[in-house]
Amino acid sequence: MKRNLFSTLAGAIFGIGLLLSGMTDTTRVQGWLDVFGDWDPTLAFVMGGAILPMVIAWRVASRHRTALLGREIPLHPGGKDVDATLVIGSTLFGAGWAISGLCPGPAMASLGWGGIGGLVFLLAMLAGMVAAPAARLRLSRMVVTP
Amino acid sequence: MTFEIAWLWGLIGGLLIGSAAALYLLVNGRVMGVSGIIGGLVDGSGRDSWAERLSFLAGLILVPAVIVALFGTAETHLTGNWGAIIIGGLLVGLGTRLANGCTSGHGVCGISRLSLRSIVSTVFYVLAGGVVMVLARHVLGWI
Repeated sequence: MKRNLFSTLAGAIFGIGLLLSGMTDTTRVQGWLDVFGDWDPTLAFVMGGAILPMVIAWRVASRHRTALLGREIPLHPGGKDVDATLVIGSTLFGAGWAISGLCPGPAMASLGWGGIGGLVFLLAMLAGMVAAPAARLRLSRMVVTP
Repeated sequence: MTFEIAWLWGLIGGLLIGSAAALYLLVNGRVMGVSGIIGGLVDGSGRDSWAERLSFLAGLILVPAVIVALFGTAETHLTGNWGAIIIGGLLVGLGTRLANGCTSGHGVCGISRLSLRSIVSTVFYVLAGGVVMVLARHVLGWI
């Protein structure tokens, strides 16, 4: 119960941050990616501001190891291997991010006022996620590891 | 919002985003990655923590919605091009799951611990985003 409560709180603070920072506005995101247009540097400030508290949080985590609600903190989530799947996935994500101006966080946070377009984006994103395990399997068969 | 204060709002909002991630890490013991939180529900890999995931998404969707409804207006300025919306959504969903993370998981949580995977991922999605943006807007005139 406590876990769910703090989870809701984290989601709420994250959503408020996305709203205040302007990241739920696709023109800001696309303005940042469009280096040949009227370049908008806002996203860099958002990233910098967000990384700062997390640098401190990881330092605290490396000393305490255990979260306040008892779980062991994952200090190396996702492993260390840079592989083709990571690079291909990131590239596809970047392409989708550019043409829509949305990534998963802002897409969720703006559902309340994003209209039918925001909803269609969410459904398409969910469909892409459903397809991911099969695509991952195909990729791992195609890419020959040296 | 004028440009002069946009960076300041960006910084303030960013600090809130990072604080939310710090709270999720130090209290719940979880990495705050939105594509992972949703993806675990979609493919069933997060079955044992479904309530925690749904709670996060409820806060993320409902609280900004209530704030906007009560205190003002917000616009996503999402393109009216349905092809761009659908292809964009498919690519974001597929790509973030293959990469095991998005702007929050790799960008915020990963870079802050200098994870090589996260740095590589961020370099590729930003570069691909920039190239596709310029191609789609200035070369093809699509969006």
